[in-house]
Amino acid sequence: MIDLWFLVIAFLWTGYFVLEGFDFGVGMLAPFVGGDDDEQRQSLQTIGPVWDGNEVWLITAVGAMFAAFPAWYSGLLSSFYLPVVLVLAGLIVRGVGLEWRGKVANPAWCDLGIVVGSALPAFLWGAIFADLLLDGALPALLGGAFTLALSLLHGAVFLALRTEGRVRRRARVAALATGAAALPLAVVALSTLASVSGAATVPALAAMAALAAAAALIWRRREGWAFTATAAGIALTSAAVFLRLKEAPLPGLTLAEAASAPYTLTMLTWIGLITLPFVLAYQAWTYWVFRKRVALPR
Amino acid sequence: MDALDLARWQFGVTTVYHFLFVPLTIGLGVFVAGLQTAWHRTGKEHYLRLTKFFGKLFLINFAMGVVTGIVQEFQFGMNWSEYSTFVGDVFGAPLAMEALLAFFMESTFLGLWIFGWDRLPKRVHLACIWAAAIGSNLSAYFILAANAWMKHPVGYEVVDGRARMTDLWAVLTNSTALAQVPHVIGAAFIVAGGFVLAVSCWWLLRTRDGMWRGAARAALVMTAVAGLVVAGSGDLSGKLAYEQQPMKLASAEGLERDTAGAGFTLVPGIEIPKVLSFLSTGDLDATVQGTEDIQRRLEERFGPGDYRPDQSVVFWSYRVMLAFGLSTVGLSVLGLWLTRRRRPMPRLLARLFVLALPLPLLAVIAGWLLSEVGRQPWTVAGELLTAASVSPGVSLTEVALSLTLFTLLYGGLAVAEAVLLVRHVRKGPEEPAPAEVPAERLEPSLMY
Repeated sequence: MIDLWFLVIAFLWTGYFVLEGFDFGVGMLAPFVGGDDDEQRQSLQTIGPVWDGNEVWLITAVGAMFAAFPAWYSGLLSSFYLPVVLVLAGLIVRGVGLEWRGKVANPAWCDLGIVVGSALPAFLWGAIFADLLLDGALPALLGGAFTLALSLLHGAVFLALRTEGRVRRRARVAALATGAAALPLAVVALSTLASVSGAATVPALAAMAALAAAAALIWRRREGWAFTATAAGIALTSAAVFLRLKEAPLPGLTLAEAASAPYTLTMLTWIGLITLPFVLAYQAWTYWVFRKRVALPR
Repeated sequence: MDALDLARWQFGVTTVYHFLFVPLTIGLGVFVAGLQTAWHRTGKEHYLRLTKFFGKLFLINFAMGVVTGIVQEFQFGMNWSEYSTFVGDVFGAPLAMEALLAFFMESTFLGLWIFGWDRLPKRVHLACIWAAAIGSNLSAYFILAANAWMKHPVGYEVVDGRARMTDLWAVLTNSTALAQVPHVIGAAFIVAGGFVLAVSCWWLLRTRDGMWRGAARAALVMTAVAGLVVAGSGDLSGKLAYEQQPMKLASAEGLERDTAGAGFTLVPGIEIPKVLSFLSTGDLDATVQGTEDIQRRLEERFGPGDYRPDQSVVFWSYRVMLAFGLSTVGLSVLGLWLTRRRRPMPRLLARLFVLALPLPLLAVIAGWLLSEVGRQPWTVAGELLTAASVSPGVSLTEVALSLTLFTLLYGGLAVAEAVLLVRHVRKGPEEPAPAEVPAERLEPSLMY
């Protein structure tokens, strides 16, 4: 039961990184791939209907940690206090920026909020998990740089997949450029992780392969496959991280010590079994409804 | 001043701030859904204009409710790690359920609603706003079930210094929660009603457009009905507090000694005899416990310590809640009477409704202060003291930094939201689109 709930939480975090990864990337890239205000709005429109739902993956992941592994939840958040504060501040200004952008007189403040508020969590989640796994300022910096570049790449590929016209062309260039930064960072970060954990080696290597494939695919303008590859790269990176965390979710803490009692875990399992299929179904339906590429109004 | 004090301030500031936006989300969501339903049923243009107008105000506010809510979920672990480790087994379950059952629904369907105007069949689009509004209301239920457990813990046992859930159903049907849910949701509808009323009356004072009278009437009905619900559930909460939280009840009344046939203190010095006993139990002569006597009994049970919450905060917040809440509801009943059978809204009354906008908000803030300051010195009544709940590893500097950052950020955003709301209220609803262009032919609009 403990293993099952660890798997659920790893799944929720992975879903969060994959989904909000491109939200963050699009948020950071929108002012740069959009030549004018309309094109910028075109870019943000690609994540408009979905970013809030994607963010709930984080809320659910953290809520599930609270319920299933209280000591892990409280230990993680209180020991990474200031980075978490900055993540929250980022999510606040980003969310408000996105919702308010079309309603204010001067959207420059909202743009600043969206860019900074996307960059902060994209960097900090990598830094937090790298520091947790490898303990040190240098790994944290490297991990942060890696997830930042990864979000940019993922977001650029998503933009190329979901837009038409000039934004699509610029997004492809952005994807190639960020891919060139993300690949070396991926090699260093993931091989460092693999060097300390045997369990993480296979997914880490697979993640590198997926990201290399993504770069090749975007070069060949296979946007759908490239997006699949960046999503796989993020999912595999997350899998490597959680395989390592399974051994020790926090220094000096085992999963069994952190876990809630069997009764609670059983109840949570039923709730998850009943609700998750619906959640996945209607979120997937949202993506289906908005599957058309976003074009500029004529 | 130590980390504990600052952590408490931070919780107070971020929670009260969060709850400035939440009631509007809860109540206005349903109101907008109602407007869209009216449009769907009647096809009358002005319902659509009102839907889009209040929908925009709703969205400006919604963003703030969401982003400040994330802070709440993280804060338990950040500042209150001892509390979180102690209660997670029980308290975490409703939080996880809130995310799975309510937040996903609310956010996903709201996204579909915002961007789906010209993508979805009309009925499906209407269903989306209802799903989002139901999600908001469901989230209130789950978080209140968690909150009620802190004041009246049920369905658990303590094993090895940690609470363990023994009965999820008992946690979800806690009598305290069942009384609190209609009270809080009703209050949210009063806040939303007061908001719609103020906006509509502002327009009524400037135009002759009949749709504003209709909107004001709808808001009046909503506020008056919600007022009944809040009064009834508030009475029930008081009776439960008599049994479950006697210290809070006594502090709210400033009653120091156990008293038979206790009177209700309107303000210090003016007391209505026997009313407190009657309100608490239904019996004019029942004995109500007083703070000093409860303090003595708690010391016998839990050892030396001060088990009284801050007396003046609890006493006055109760009166502010009652005064502002009741006056809002009273005004709306008066408004319903004066506008009966197609009578126009008197201008003086319309002005009054605009000015009364902050009253229900102040009432809900006072209500939360009563509820949570009144729970002190416990985080979990009878089980865990607030002083023992705080994160041991988090320094004063860290809490001070985050408190400063959140306060500055929140202050700035509050001003921005107010400016934005005022601007969009002044702008008013958009003129109806020319009828000859069928909706399907319109280019998808860029919403952001």
